[in-house]
Amino acid sequence: MASVALSEAEKVYIVHGVQEDLRVDGRGCEDYRCVEVETDVVSNTSGSARVKLGHTDILVGVKAEMGTPKLEKPNEGYLEFFVDCSANATPEFEGRGGDDLGTEIANTLYRIFNNKSSVDLKSLCISPREHCWILYVDVLLLECGGNLFDTISIAVKAALFNTRIPRVRVLEDEEGSKDIELSDDPYDCIRLSVENVPCIVTLCKIGYRHVVDATLQEEACSLASLLVSVTSKGVVTCMRKVGKGSLDPESIFEMMETGKRVGKVLHASLQSILHKEESLGPKRQKVGFLG
Amino acid sequence: MAGLELLSDQGYRVDGRRAGELRKIQARMGVFAQADGSAYIEQGNTKALAVVYGPHEIRGSRARALPDRALVNCQYSSATFSTGERKRRPHGDRKSCEMGLQLRQTFEAAILTQLHPRSQIDIYVQVSRQQLSAWGGRGMGWGLGVRGQEPDTLMPLVGACWTPGYPCGTSCAWWPQLALALLPASGQLALLEMDARLHEDHLEQVLEAAARAARDVHTLLDRVVRQHVREASILLGD
Repeated sequence: MASVALSEAEKVYIVHGVQEDLRVDGRGCEDYRCVEVETDVVSNTSGSARVKLGHTDILVGVKAEMGTPKLEKPNEGYLEFFVDCSANATPEFEGRGGDDLGTEIANTLYRIFNNKSSVDLKSLCISPREHCWILYVDVLLLECGGNLFDTISIAVKAALFNTRIPRVRVLEDEEGSKDIELSDDPYDCIRLSVENVPCIVTLCKIGYRHVVDATLQEEACSLASLLVSVTSKGVVTCMRKVGKGSLDPESIFEMMETGKRVGKVLHASLQSILHKEESLGPKRQKVGFLG
Repeated sequence: MAGLELLSDQGYRVDGRRAGELRKIQARMGVFAQADGSAYIEQGNTKALAVVYGPHEIRGSRARALPDRALVNCQYSSATFSTGERKRRPHGDRKSCEMGLQLRQTFEAAILTQLHPRSQIDIYVQVSRQQLSAWGGRGMGWGLGVRGQEPDTLMPLVGACWTPGYPCGTSCAWWPQLALALLPASGQLALLEMDARLHEDHLEQVLEAAARAARDVHTLLDRVVRQHVREASILLGD
């Protein structure tokens, strides 16, 4: 992961500030930095989103392709995650340098979506055991300014909200051979419900307190973090401890409660932004990287 | 090859442009705050980001350091969702490696590497959306990105890598394509690449057309760079 070298004095300064609920940029321990979300930035994908959280910049593209369902779940489609840590973020990610981090993030995404309620996979089925929609969710990490997991999960949720899968019909003729017909209207498509898609909240332990949305400097002061994946209703779908230090069991419960509280607020604001953007309609001015 | 014609009888392409017309170009510098230099370019539907790190100490083995000039290192990567069909590997495949080498060759000619001996300059290009040939977008993105980092150590920025007569949205496996990079002040070529059969009588025309387009692109990019420098100096209070 991209890291920044801090002196002991700077670390002590950050730790003391956090004890007093005052971080270096003036935020409280449970405040997020300003998040910019924009959907539909890449035109040839089924859905896309760009999220900028402080100095962290993520671009997600979702492509829907037809394929065969998995053997153990013949009535459902599925999601495939791929994370590309671009060398733009730091020269250490050149060549295969970013593969480790990319695999770690992709595995985390698989785990948080590995339950029945996150995404309605049955709606992705076209004909059981034969055809289904596979959603390839590709995450491109452009700039790393701390708090990667949260930003990526927000971007994935926004991209899934923006995904439009074309409606298809299965036509069966007398011999029994099936033909798949795409709808004539290009705007006739299925949308996914992202009500239960979880978002990750990373809580970094700094000194005796924990902070939400740590910057690179704060992550350098923290020995251990807890990733909590929370849905909009406050249901926890996955929890994971990261970092080389250790966590006290009681602090884990406290961090989980903070994660649920913060997660619900995050979901509410993300939903309102996404709905507001959608209400502007297709004539909305797309900013992308030019703004 | 019968069927698709590059130019209609009236001399228009599939999207209504004439042979020598370029698509709309929009560019912006200073996209990322953490990198030493960055730029974003859009040419029609092709969108590319370029980022420059350096000059900094050589990463990896010290033996690669050059005693009299800087080492230029380039990587070209295109997002998996950038093309119509999903790509499996963003970088590391043959085409991306070749592109990286060509980038390197172009920028070794353009950058004044003698000013930074024993150091390394990294140039990374990320294409987020491409409509078949993304040559132009990439070349320009790099030019801007490198310029944004340290203007006084660079020669006037590279004009463009351009493929003449390339219609967007159609496949062109059978038409000869020429890509060139031009240093606009001196008019010298930093990169010239073609891998098809073309009669040598046509070569001069093609080169001229490409050079003309490269100069046009240079004018546009120059404007963007000046605008950026003007804004930066206003912010600094000069």
